[in-house]
Amino acid sequence: MEIFDFASLDFAPFILSFKLAGLTTLILFVLSLPLAWYLSQTNSKTKPILEAVTALPIVLPPSVLGFYILVVLSPNSSVGGFFEDLLGVKLVFSFTGLVVASCFYSLPFMVQPLQSGFESLNKHMLEASYLAGKSKLQTLLKIALPNIKPSLITALIITFAHTVGEFGVVLMVGGSIPGETKVASVAIYEMVEVMEYGKAHIYSALMVLMSFIVLLSVYIFNHTQRKIGVL
Amino acid sequence: MIQIDIHKKLHGSQGDMDLDVKLEIQKGEFIALMGESGSGKTTLLRVLAGLEKAEGDIRVEDVYWLKKQKMLPPQQREIGFVFQDYALFENMSVEENLLYVNDDKVLVKKLLQMTELNRLAKRNVKSLSGGQKQRVSLCRAMMNKPKLLLMDEPLSALDPAMRTKLQDEILKLHKTFGTTTIMVSHDTDVSYNLSDRILVLDHGKIIANGTPQEILLKTSTITYTLSV
Repeated sequence: MEIFDFASLDFAPFILSFKLAGLTTLILFVLSLPLAWYLSQTNSKTKPILEAVTALPIVLPPSVLGFYILVVLSPNSSVGGFFEDLLGVKLVFSFTGLVVASCFYSLPFMVQPLQSGFESLNKHMLEASYLAGKSKLQTLLKIALPNIKPSLITALIITFAHTVGEFGVVLMVGGSIPGETKVASVAIYEMVEVMEYGKAHIYSALMVLMSFIVLLSVYIFNHTQRKIGVL
Repeated sequence: MIQIDIHKKLHGSQGDMDLDVKLEIQKGEFIALMGESGSGKTTLLRVLAGLEKAEGDIRVEDVYWLKKQKMLPPQQREIGFVFQDYALFENMSVEENLLYVNDDKVLVKKLLQMTELNRLAKRNVKSLSGGQKQRVSLCRAMMNKPKLLLMDEPLSALDPAMRTKLQDEILKLHKTFGTTTIMVSHDTDVSYNLSDRILVLDHGKIIANGTPQEILLKTSTITYTLSV
């Protein structure tokens, strides 16, 4: 194995990955909260359709998802054209585009834990809030959300971790522009391509370590909550 | 006065049936609602609370809570509801559960004193016993000084000693606040001790309506139905 200089390691891809994951998690939380709440409370016929659409990114190959997102966001399409012409925002091969793509890609990882958390709540507790004169929004924010803490933490952490780990979609939509779209997973891929195995090892080991710490903290948190009788 | 004339199709454990209830309740009355499981008692309570749809009219004083199919949402009905499973807000303390309904600290203090819960005010509700939880639930239901207090078998999950204690507290609160109350109960003793009037529901219809003495003391098929 080659001897390499640690100081020469470029951590920009990691910082970019975390920036992307942080933003995606924040945006998805705001968007998914009403969706997950609606799905948990409705008996409408559209529910299975919405659930299936939400779950699509889990089963689709990232290349398929990436391809469609690329098509829709490209300046030649009406959506991409609108953003570029009117708002001056380029959605492909840019960080903004990556955020949009990641929101689609990680959507089920935010919606599903929130939805199942809401579904497991005691229905009478929500009704008691309505009878206390509180609106659905007040009930969601003051009663439902604080009572699904483990699901909430799971949704946030898994969405974050999943976004850090994405590869196919980001490569297709963002390419590999250093400091702009070259996230950690893409950087590792490139290192392997040019046979810089030493660096690839360090980057990969860091990813493994960080992912493990993230998952471990989720499980420890949920375990503790169960122990003190919250769950 | 509360005037009720409602119809609802039910798909229950005993097959399909119609809930047909026509009833007048005087202000301040305490009504015990009895009947076999699946006779429609809980559904009637939930329709009154606006938690389930029904057709017909519900008129409370001069306000229509239900007119044909037009429902006043539960938020606007000024109802207190005591659920069998307490349904407390588990992320909150005893005091916070009450303040969530109405930010009236004086009333909270009064209610907690009446039910001997003042020492537990800051405790999280998850750490309470069943009897304590049900008392918190009762206090919470009184926080918006309800026009109508609905209780769905509030004592059924409690041991006999706690049942007697809570029974007294229910009566005390009912009298202090002059609330109109409807309580679903399986227990003939509880119904006899608390209520001014007993209604017996069978397959969605009221089959008996009278004072506890009239309903429970005469040896009729109704008493037999209730005792099994």
